[in-house]
Amino acid sequence: MTDPSVVDVPPQGALARLLRRKLALFGLAIIVLVVAGAVFAPWIAPFDPNDQMFDGLTLEGAPMPPDGKFLMGTDLLGRDLLSRLLYGAQTSLVIGVVANGLALVIGTLVGITAGFFRGWIGGVLMRFTDLMMAFPALLLAICLAAIFQPSLWIVAMVIALVNWVQTARVIYTETSSLATRDFIAAERTLGASTPRILFRHILPHLLPTIIVWGTLGISTTVLLEATLSFLGIGVQPPTPSWGNIIFENQTYFQTAPWLVFIPGAAIILLALAFNLVGDALRDVLDPTQRGRD
Amino acid sequence: MTLAEALPASGAAPAPETVLRVEGLCVSARTEQGLKPLVQDLSFDLRKGETLAIAGESGSGKSITSLAIMGLLPQPAVRVTGGSIRFGQQDLTALSESALRQVRGDRIAMIFQEPMTSLNPVMTVGAQLSEAIRAHAPVGRTEARRRAIEALRAVRLSEPERRMGQYPHELSGGMRQRVMIAMALALRPEVLIADEPTTALDVTVQREVLDLLRDLQARLGTAIILITHDMGVVAEMANRVIVMQQGRQVETASTEDIFGRPQAAYTQALLAAVPRLGQGSARAPVTGEPIARLSDVVVRYPLRGGLLGRITHNVHAVDHVSFDIRKGETFALVGESGCGKSTIAKALVGLAPHQGRIEIGGQAMQGLDPAGMKAMRRRVQMVFQDPMAALNPRMKVGELIAEPLVIHDIGDAASQRARAADLMARVGLEASHLDRYPHEFSGGQRQRICIARALALQPDLIIADESVSALDVSVQARVLDLLRALQSEFGMSYLFISHDMAVVDNISDRVAVMFLGQIVEMGTRAQIFGNPQHPYTRRLIEAVPIPDPRLKRLSRPRDASEVPSPVHRPGHEPARVILRDIGDGHLVGTSVG
Repeated sequence: MTDPSVVDVPPQGALARLLRRKLALFGLAIIVLVVAGAVFAPWIAPFDPNDQMFDGLTLEGAPMPPDGKFLMGTDLLGRDLLSRLLYGAQTSLVIGVVANGLALVIGTLVGITAGFFRGWIGGVLMRFTDLMMAFPALLLAICLAAIFQPSLWIVAMVIALVNWVQTARVIYTETSSLATRDFIAAERTLGASTPRILFRHILPHLLPTIIVWGTLGISTTVLLEATLSFLGIGVQPPTPSWGNIIFENQTYFQTAPWLVFIPGAAIILLALAFNLVGDALRDVLDPTQRGRD
Repeated sequence: MTLAEALPASGAAPAPETVLRVEGLCVSARTEQGLKPLVQDLSFDLRKGETLAIAGESGSGKSITSLAIMGLLPQPAVRVTGGSIRFGQQDLTALSESALRQVRGDRIAMIFQEPMTSLNPVMTVGAQLSEAIRAHAPVGRTEARRRAIEALRAVRLSEPERRMGQYPHELSGGMRQRVMIAMALALRPEVLIADEPTTALDVTVQREVLDLLRDLQARLGTAIILITHDMGVVAEMANRVIVMQQGRQVETASTEDIFGRPQAAYTQALLAAVPRLGQGSARAPVTGEPIARLSDVVVRYPLRGGLLGRITHNVHAVDHVSFDIRKGETFALVGESGCGKSTIAKALVGLAPHQGRIEIGGQAMQGLDPAGMKAMRRRVQMVFQDPMAALNPRMKVGELIAEPLVIHDIGDAASQRARAADLMARVGLEASHLDRYPHEFSGGQRQRICIARALALQPDLIIADESVSALDVSVQARVLDLLRALQSEFGMSYLFISHDMAVVDNISDRVAVMFLGQIVEMGTRAQIFGNPQHPYTRRLIEAVPIPDPRLKRLSRPRDASEVPSPVHRPGHEPARVILRDIGDGHLVGTSVG
């Protein structure tokens, strides 16, 4: 038993406590950097991302490795990789944050509803989730993308409609175990309405899971976008995205490794940054973890 | 002491050999503020054939001591920082893990509190027993099986051969604990550590398990370290007692001395707090109008099976129960686990679908629209058994207490907060702690928070479902006092649900005894405890361990019969219990086929 007088945490805002964590700060810095890069790409990019430069290729027509002029080298068509990465960040952020966030919201709503109500509502929702899970995601994405005109936002929507299933499954399981806990029963005896129980009492307990699935989703959605682009139904060339830079160049992995490594590292770094911030956010928002940081 | 009588040979011996010697044991936990001592300078000798009880409340370090002896401390976070544990020629604190494994189970065995979680649910009882035997004895499959059956027979399980093929979930709680004892004793260990062995069991089952342990000890001469918070169990089982408080040994003496002449102030306080039968003070009978009225309430849970999900069986959780709770009265429901007492509570707060009629303050619960139901919920509030589980850990205490006011839209934010502060003070907590979270409080304080939350709507009836069962005795006594004080202040009624006969005797005005979903006896506290009529009521009262070692318990013929099941096929009605008034409202049940 903890003596209540021992645990004295100075009252602080969640943001202040978040900023005291070094790792979270590091993650936050990367996110800010990427966002700034994407937003200010037209001003900070050294070249036009689609400009196939004559001096961007060697005399034999091979891409240039990183040097003083092209800081990250050039690609197969002589375009500056750094500029393409900066512009590509716009696409990838939309996919990784918006599409993935939307998938998370859909998954959470389906999971929490099915887990709390069980019965036929839960049955129908979860069987539908299983159906979606069994269906090849790529095939579904192709079908959806074929119906609509390809554009960045349509791709984002398609990815969201494909990627929510895992989240729904996990949230469903957690909600159904939370729903049987005593404090939820206590809440019912007090006469609380169902939305209040769901969003005020159950949702905060799901945050850690949502954060983990959200950060895991960033890299998968960024790559799924690349796959769709590769198949011609995603972002149309020459518009760059981190995923399609990797896809275009993966065949030359042996001779021009920087073309795969650098965008790959960018995706991993972004996912890691979101993960670090998400983790810290989870700890900061969880009152039972207070005093341990 | 019963053991000495049962075991004249060892009792008469001048000084039985010491099997385990603990000297200056210190155990500490590593925290960010440095080492935090959990057990400090504990010393005792354990002699062959004796039962040494280590008694204390939660956080006293008694379970840590048992884990230290077994070498099962969660290292490296918690480790032995001083002293020695001598077992024969060896110092257990210095042994390697592999050497300890030889000792563990074979020469020192342990049984735990919760028999369901300490048995592997996917292995049959026989497989687990045989495995335990073969881990230490170089015997073949058939020999191990033979020994396993013998061990099951020794713990008086019926049909041991059949039990070998059963899984833990097919056995009742008492049977599972017997399997654990069989497993522990199959290898004839010299020392048996029993950590709260009967805490999770019903009183009548507890009685059987305690009798069994005593008989086995007399036969095998095992030394037992009994770790318990229950002074009644201590009085009945132990030869010597160590009382621990916050990791320190407060007092060590023979059982007679501890109960007869307790020296330390803490021991005296601990004994004074133990609820005893026959301590309840007589109150003037409450004759107000009924606040809650149940007539012929039936709760059944269908079990479905087969392809089409047809109802194959019904669980008769509550069967034709009728009673009234009067205004300002404390009405107690007692019975063992599965008797339906908690289901009645759930039906009363509208969490269990029921048939029959439930009236709260003259208004029937049936056919209420959601708004009416919400209004009715204001009148009946509930306090749960485990306060930690019943409080949302992510909400501040102030928010938790104000929650009912927010839900029912009473007052603005400022007045709700003021009311929460007021309620905190009412239940004996500091109003300035409103912004703390539940985990920053102790168990007893958390239960006070739950009580404050239940009070917020000024209900007519508060249901206390095993609300003090999870608390230490000294805390329990204070929470019971609080409940009484609040009742005289606000005049609400309590429905007090408990398995603990001594607590019920202390707090209630009227009592109903439940068995298998039906009430078998009902009357005033004096009638039930002074003149119990139904055999089940008598059995319950007799089974309560009495915290007085001088009282000798007659060895009764053991009732090894299984509790009948409340599961019936559709259309099949279990035997109804008809209540007959034998004078002054004392109702006694007789079964009618």
